[in-house]
Amino acid sequence: MNDLANNSRRSFLKTGVGLGTGLIISFMIPAKAGRLKNILSTGPTVATFSPNAFLSIGTDNKIKVLLAHAEMGQGIWTTLTMLIAEELDADFKDIEVEHAPADKAFFHSAWGMQLTGGSSTTWSEFDRYRKAGAAARILLVQAAAQKWGVKPSDCQTANGFVTAGKNKLSYGALATAAAALKPITNIPLRAKEEWKYIGKGMKRLDAPVKVNGKAKYGIDMQFEGMFTAVVAHSPVMKGKVTSFDAAKARLVKGVVDVVQIPTGVAVIADNYWAALQGKKALQVNWDLGENVGVDSATQFDLFTTMAEGKNKQVVKTGDTAAAIKNASKTIEAAITFPYLAHAAMEPLNCTVKITGDKCEIWTGTQMPGSDQSAAAVILKTKPENVSVYTQFLGGAFGRRATVDADFVKEAVHIAKNSGKFIKMVWSREDDMQAGHYRPSMLHTIKIGLDATGMPLSWHHIVTGQALPMDDGSGTAEGISDSPYLAAIPNHYVGTISPKIDIPVLWLRSVGHTHTAFAMETMMDELAKAAGKDAVEYRQLLLKGKSRNLGVINLVAEKSGWGKALPAGHFHGIAAHESFRSYCAQVAEISIDENGLIKVHKVTCAIDCGIAVNPDGVRAQIESGIIYALSGALYEKITFKQGKVQQSNFNNYRILRMNESPVIEVHIVESTEQMGGVGEPGYPPAPPAVANAVFAATGKRIRNLPFGETNFKA
Amino acid sequence: MIQLTVNKKQYNVDVPSEMPLLWVIRDVLGLTGTKYGCGVAQCGACTIHLDEEAIRSCITPVSKAVNKTITTIEGLSVDNSHPLQVAWLLEDAPQCGYCQSGQIMTAAKLLQETPNPTEQDIDDAMSGNICRCGTYPRIKKAIQTAARLQKTGGTK
Repeated sequence: MNDLANNSRRSFLKTGVGLGTGLIISFMIPAKAGRLKNILSTGPTVATFSPNAFLSIGTDNKIKVLLAHAEMGQGIWTTLTMLIAEELDADFKDIEVEHAPADKAFFHSAWGMQLTGGSSTTWSEFDRYRKAGAAARILLVQAAAQKWGVKPSDCQTANGFVTAGKNKLSYGALATAAAALKPITNIPLRAKEEWKYIGKGMKRLDAPVKVNGKAKYGIDMQFEGMFTAVVAHSPVMKGKVTSFDAAKARLVKGVVDVVQIPTGVAVIADNYWAALQGKKALQVNWDLGENVGVDSATQFDLFTTMAEGKNKQVVKTGDTAAAIKNASKTIEAAITFPYLAHAAMEPLNCTVKITGDKCEIWTGTQMPGSDQSAAAVILKTKPENVSVYTQFLGGAFGRRATVDADFVKEAVHIAKNSGKFIKMVWSREDDMQAGHYRPSMLHTIKIGLDATGMPLSWHHIVTGQALPMDDGSGTAEGISDSPYLAAIPNHYVGTISPKIDIPVLWLRSVGHTHTAFAMETMMDELAKAAGKDAVEYRQLLLKGKSRNLGVINLVAEKSGWGKALPAGHFHGIAAHESFRSYCAQVAEISIDENGLIKVHKVTCAIDCGIAVNPDGVRAQIESGIIYALSGALYEKITFKQGKVQQSNFNNYRILRMNESPVIEVHIVESTEQMGGVGEPGYPPAPPAVANAVFAATGKRIRNLPFGETNFKA
Repeated sequence: MIQLTVNKKQYNVDVPSEMPLLWVIRDVLGLTGTKYGCGVAQCGACTIHLDEEAIRSCITPVSKAVNKTITTIEGLSVDNSHPLQVAWLLEDAPQCGYCQSGQIMTAAKLLQETPNPTEQDIDDAMSGNICRCGTYPRIKKAIQTAARLQKTGGTK
């Protein structure tokens, strides 16, 4: 990954006049070495380089910033623009921001595909977007210097103008001349001391349109000739239509068509309401398929049996079986986690317009490239004939990064089979019951302690469906790479990936959603067993790991760890490293008269390297903590004879404002390697609360969710 | 034909009387600021004002709006100058933004009725509105800020 990231630093530039007039800055990025070799051996030369266009300056002084990543709430609309602005010296009022189309030019700088995910946008674009801004400024200065017959070093730039003495020209006035200049290969970036925006921050640039209803999400698409489609899906995932009767549906006023698609039957109408009435009038017979055998009542028993059997070794050091015999004390635990739905506020939707051999798609997506490819396969056309226009995402949390492009494919099938321009809108029920869940998980842990209470042996098996593109190793992320393992002489981490035909997917923080809970509640338990303070115990295991220790020490100080709390209030701590960032949290809780948990406050310390937009970092951490608490306290998807038992927010409980704690975020001043912030706030929150519950009640939490558990019973 | 008054404009719509206001507003009138989140009055994304009431437009039939005035997020102000909009921007409340129209319309009703809301008042009024991005702490602060702005009569 680092090698690939370095490639972007070796980028060089080309310039040109684009469709409009003005300067377009694009980078040529060499393909990664392996790919380059393959392509070279088959002939083409320059075709192996992918141009990336991030910025254009019009002769009208308008500056357009194109985002290689999607804005789904995480704030990159602002952050990426700040990076360009840091070097460009433009006036913010001249800058317009847009999502980039699906194109190789916008591939992730490290991961070789167009993707928003992995809390990676800011670190992966930190150099590329700054260089885009710097290159533009350098060329504009060169153009001005030539025009005025002065040296570039005699020119200054500010607020969208180049000046030298009495000479002054706007960027727009210089755009055409700059576009004709030779590309530059060496793009110096400003030193940290010169930064005007980075580290200081900026209000969200997308906020004004998000407080007056003007922000356009995929679901807001409307154009002449467009109809709305809803889909009748199988009651059990992956069931097939055997027959259907659409006679009554077609009688509903406003319904214009009913078409079968591979995943069900679509009703197309003038508006959503009419389509929904049509769907209710539809009679569909289903072959429910193999998934009728999926049942949550027995699934963990099945997993428990499987956990005794063969597993995939992920990490092994020493001999846990031998070491545990010498242990002074052993601790065993089995912890279960349910399936979780992403449940973004905007139900999934996709608008498709097929005209001749061209297809246009409007949707909120984290992976426009894979959507483009999937549509092209259905339409038997080339990907370049498919345009994907990314709209604002009304939440995503990983659900819109679908390798199988499920909702986009469905919409393309409807458009293809009906011959109509359609906006497919899933109901909340469709959205919640369509799978692609965080898989249910069982952790089976056996730990042996030495005479001083430190872990001698750690044996950890994780059983649960593997995510797409994972051989099962990834299931144990957060354990297999845990910073604690180095201090544990014998350890073994293995995974078991049951083959269940329920689609599973990365949900915000992915494997860390469950592995951090297992690791950090066990840490608390070990500290208690050793008779040591939970902070002190972690300090002993993390010797020399300055960033892990840094956040733990900071959160202990800021939360008043070890100091007196109001009567009935208790603290719990947890820390976890994920997505290249380090995060520690202290939760303050009480148990109410009904035995239920009340989370009063979460104090958090985060080390993500340079915090480009500090208040944006705080917002993401707050968001991650609340999303995590919602999941750990209330959320659960269960199956009965293959049918998902939850359907809407009345039976899939989401944390609400009255259940939301006060959150205090402390950012570590750091110039270490940059990490993400969208996800790292999630993992420590549930175990911090669980550890506080132990402090309050002496009870260990082994089954999630636990927000409806009566701890006084 | 059903006659509606939305954001001080008159509309005549040819829709079934039981059609929820949400879909009339979004799909027939084209005002997409009001959002669909659940369809069963559980999330608050579709909150609008019907006369003086904050209602869930996803379960309110269009027939209930006859001879009443409808206000949607688009009608709150023409220039983001409503104290809540100003406060939302000051606190950088939105993230994905999808639920925010409903949050703001619910908060507007709260401030009309309770110009100086306590934290408990805010929790009580706002807990019917779900935000998956977890902007609750910022919304809470923004409502307190808006209450102050409203009191001083200023928008800044």
